Amino acid sequence: MNASAQKAVDKQNASEVKEVTLVEAVNMALAWEMEHDENVVVLGEDIATNGGVFRATVGLKERFGFKRVMDTPLAENLIAGTAIGMATQGLRPVAEFQFMGFIYAGMEQIVSHAARIRNRTRGRLHCPLVYRAPFGGGIHAPEHHSESTEALFAHVPGLRVVIPSSPQRAYGLLLAAIRNPDPVVFLEPKRIYRAVTQSVADNGEALPLDTCYTLREGDDVTLISWGASILETLQAADKLAEQGISTEVIDVATISPLDRETLLCSVAKTGRAVIVHEACRNGGVGAEIAASIAEAAFLDLQAPIVRVTGYDTIMPYYRNEQAYLPHVEDIVEAVEQVIAL
Amino acid sequence: MRERHEFHVDSARYLDDHGKPLGDLPPQARDIDRTLAAYRHMVLIRTFDSKTIALQRTGKCGTYPSVLGHEVVGTAVGQSMARTDVLVPYYRDQAAHILRGVSLKEMLLYWGGDERGSAWENCREDLPIAVPIATQCCHAVGVASAFRIRGEDRAVVCCVGDGGTSKGDFLESINLAGAWHLPVVFVVINNQWAISTPRSIQCGAETIAQKAIGAGLPGHIVDGNDYFSVTEAIDQALERAHGGKGASVIEAITYRLGDHTTADDATRYRDAEELKRAWEKDGVKRLQNYLHDSGLWDADQEKQLQADCRETVDTAVEEYLAMEPEPPTAMMDYLFETLPAALHAQRDRLADKHRARSGQGGVA
Repeated sequence: MNASAQKAVDKQNASEVKEVTLVEAVNMALAWEMEHDENVVVLGEDIATNGGVFRATVGLKERFGFKRVMDTPLAENLIAGTAIGMATQGLRPVAEFQFMGFIYAGMEQIVSHAARIRNRTRGRLHCPLVYRAPFGGGIHAPEHHSESTEALFAHVPGLRVVIPSSPQRAYGLLLAAIRNPDPVVFLEPKRIYRAVTQSVADNGEALPLDTCYTLREGDDVTLISWGASILETLQAADKLAEQGISTEVIDVATISPLDRETLLCSVAKTGRAVIVHEACRNGGVGAEIAASIAEAAFLDLQAPIVRVTGYDTIMPYYRNEQAYLPHVEDIVEAVEQVIAL
Repeated sequence: MRERHEFHVDSARYLDDHGKPLGDLPPQARDIDRTLAAYRHMVLIRTFDSKTIALQRTGKCGTYPSVLGHEVVGTAVGQSMARTDVLVPYYRDQAAHILRGVSLKEMLLYWGGDERGSAWENCREDLPIAVPIATQCCHAVGVASAFRIRGEDRAVVCCVGDGGTSKGDFLESINLAGAWHLPVVFVVINNQWAISTPRSIQCGAETIAQKAIGAGLPGHIVDGNDYFSVTEAIDQALERAHGGKGASVIEAITYRLGDHTTADDATRYRDAEELKRAWEKDGVKRLQNYLHDSGLWDADQEKQLQADCRETVDTAVEEYLAMEPEPPTAMMDYLFETLPAALHAQRDRLADKHRARSGQGGVA
């Protein structure tokens, strides 16, 4: 396609606002970027002909061909490492792990190579890749399909860990992740893959990384969350509003590197912080956020920081998964507790 | 009804332990300049190796893995590759790196605890040394995939040790190379020892090369101390890769004549008699004998070469020792393309501490 024809198509696309789910927004972002950057390739298990087990990559093979949309052998370590080799050659691979529970086989590649290639070579090589993985519980999935272990990745220097919580942010943040010159672990909250639809303009506009998104402004308490838990956090905020409690809701979005400034400014205003995440509490990203607030904004606090999280246990099989997951009333109770102080 | 599937692994050797041809030599042997250059390079690498061990023993270099016994394979790899090919090494490929354009000074910097040792001014696309065993194999198939996707006539050589072939990374990568028909050559440098674990415990298969068969690739065994058999095998495998005919696995059988690293003491687990026998098969001496017997090399040339190599290495060592360490803030400066705002305060603190500790002259 020549430049002017491309421009016309872009303009048409830009005017095209689609009502999409989060997983459809992921697909839209992949398609946009593959259309506009021939270095973008996608690889993973069952992603080409089948379009991915969640259909995140559906239609891409038909549009861009099997050379750029690659079904790999069933080996997660290989997927992680092959993407690194591709990235050192200037491609922008987007590698899918079918579920976060299977990403651990690729951990050595992610931690020891993807995160380190730029540093190790003093910038001679770098690793512009995205590792996508659906994560979290609540969809009645089998064992190993429901974990939230984002903190493992947030602990690794040289990685970005990005988690969208709406179709618009899935689209804009995934575009930003692909365009980013460094490795990004992009974790998709599968419980809300199809929970809501939202209008998304398919115009190729990325959203900024390394920044929190303030979803609702308020004065009494700051609610901090990310991923699927944003859903319950917003529902809790509605209930609290009915009681006359004004909450500020922040979607952290990039859990590493962490935008502490937005969090601290909010806590300086509200004097209270409740952190909500589905992952285990021990060593979770909530602990890092709580410590950061305690270190830098202790004198602003009118009440202890409270975390509403999953339990420090193995994610139960699905008959008990609701007992594990934080619920709206848990968040409401936590807020009532800190407001009472 | 039963069907029988048969596979084979071939094996090649041209020179005996003393450098005498066992029969007709491959066409590569007719290239006298290349053969002489190979010998000269092996002596340079051996000189560099003993000097680096001496530097480590005197506290001027960090833990270092001796390349002794790997000179022939590394030299053949470095010579056979086209400039535009990509080397994906492990950590005992000094001989190949230097031919690819890495400087001796850079090699010393790497083992001397300085990240600039992988910045490689004249070798921009080769992957850096991979310490975690066999992990580089996955990168090799990624690089080869990039060549295939872009339709470039380039190939990858990936080196790995015998121990590395036990890891999933190697097996998964040769499997992908077979499935995707990738332009990559896996060179397994079987030096018989993975630190203290002998080849016999590493794997129950008769050969390592036969692992290639499970991946749908040809597997070849060569005498890793016979320059001609290694060179021929790598030339042919690269020709195959460049010709769109896919990947190969070459098992080069040699012996680790040194300790695993300067932190190791192989006398704890290795028989002195075995080591003595391995020295009798030394590939550098073997090629020297061959050249001498062929009238291509004499004692004076040898003396001159030894002196030249010492001078080259000494110059590199001087340059290495003269280099100031990077400022500590460098540890943050290459983490990402642009330092995230979240890390600015930490970098400032690091710079301040460094200034305070190093007095007025400190540079952040």
